[in-house]
Amino acid sequence: MTTTVLYDDRVTAVAGARVAGDHLWLAPDAMAAATGWKLEPQGLCRGDACVRTDATWVDADGHVDLTAFATHMGQPVVHDGDAWAVGESAGVRRDALLSTQAPDFELPDLDGKLHKLSDYRGKKVYLYSWGSY
Amino acid sequence: MWQAIYEELRGAGLEIIAVAFDAAGTAAVEAKIRCPDIAERPTMIADLMGWSPELWAQQAPPTYPCLIDETHLVAELYGMVNVPQGVWIDEQGRIVRPAESAGTIDMVRHLNRETLELPDAAVKAGASARMAYIDALRDWVKNGEKSPYALPPEEVKRRMKGPGEAEVLAATHAKLGRHLFAQGDNAGGRRHFAEASRLCPDSWNYRRQSMVLEPELIGQLNTAPEFWAAVDALGDTPYYPPADLSPVR
Repeated sequence: MTTTVLYDDRVTAVAGARVAGDHLWLAPDAMAAATGWKLEPQGLCRGDACVRTDATWVDADGHVDLTAFATHMGQPVVHDGDAWAVGESAGVRRDALLSTQAPDFELPDLDGKLHKLSDYRGKKVYLYSWGSY
Repeated sequence: MWQAIYEELRGAGLEIIAVAFDAAGTAAVEAKIRCPDIAERPTMIADLMGWSPELWAQQAPPTYPCLIDETHLVAELYGMVNVPQGVWIDEQGRIVRPAESAGTIDMVRHLNRETLELPDAAVKAGASARMAYIDALRDWVKNGEKSPYALPPEEVKRRMKGPGEAEVLAATHAKLGRHLFAQGDNAGGRRHFAEASRLCPDSWNYRRQSMVLEPELIGQLNTAPEFWAAVDALGDTPYYPPADLSPVR
C-alpha cells in the first residue's frame, strides 16, 4: 500500500508506512525522502539543523513517528485516506513576517517562465492578487 | 487598469507583479487576461472592482508579469484573505504596506442580490476609493520612504497579522484538499476546503478555491445562498475592509 505525504512543496509516495490513529510511522529512508529530515545518531537532521528525537518517536523497527515530530515542530498534520498533509508552523511564519522583509517566492507566468520576487530587488514592487473573475 | 498605471510609473521605478490565485490553472487565467474582447466580462465585475467604463474599455493585456499561484502560496505568505489585495515592497525588499484591499469599498454589501447590479452611488464611491489608492501609490513611487503612505516598520508590524494555529491548520486542510482534487477526489477536496473555511471564516480564498474547483463556476461571482449567508454572518465587519490610507507623517 502506498501512502502520499505532502510536506513543504514535496509530494512523495512512500511504501511500507504504518498508520496508528492520527500517527504516521515511516521508515527512516521514507522519512528522509518525504520531509528531508534524516535520522542520524544525534537526532533528526536537515541541513545544519538537528532535532533531538524523543524515545517515543522511533519504534523497535526503526520507524519514525512523523506526526509526533511534526507536532513537536508546531506543524499541523491532517490526513484523509492514504494522503497525509503536514502544514507549516505558525510561530515560524510569524517570525518571518515580523522582520517586515517581504517573503520571497517563485511562480510561473502564463508562458511557464519562472519569476522570483527577489529578481526585482532595487525597484519598488506593487504586488497584487486577483481571482479568476 | 493596472496596465495604464504601469505605463505611467514604470519609468519612475515601479514594477507591478500580479498574482492570480487560481486553482484552476493557467488556462483559466489566460482566458481572463487574454480575453479577445474584454467587454465580454460582466459590467457588474467592473463595477465591483471600481473600474470606470473608460478604463475598462481601454484595458490592454498586461506587459508586467502575471503569475499563476495555484496553491495560494502568496496568500499564505502575505496573509491575503481576499482579492484584490495589494502589498507595497520597497527597493530593499522591505514591506512598506502589508496586504490590504487594493482601493475597493465594501461593494458586496451594496450589490442587489436579485439583479446583481450596483447602485450608481456605490459605483462612484468605488471609483473614488480606487483613485485615492492609486494616488497614494503614485506618491510613494515619487517620494519613496518620505511618502506619508510608506509605513514605518512598527506600523507594518502592527498591521500584519501573523497566522495563528487555526490559520496554519486551515492552510494544511486546503493543501490536502487541493491534492485530493488533483487526484480526482472532488468530494474529498470539498470536505477539506469546507473545514479550512470553518477554521478560518475570515479567509475568502478558501471559499473561492472550493468554488473555482467546480469548472462550470469559473469566471462567475459566487452568488450561492451560502455565499450571502457567509457575508451576512460578518455582521458589521466589512467583506472588503477598506485600506487605511491616513498619512503616517
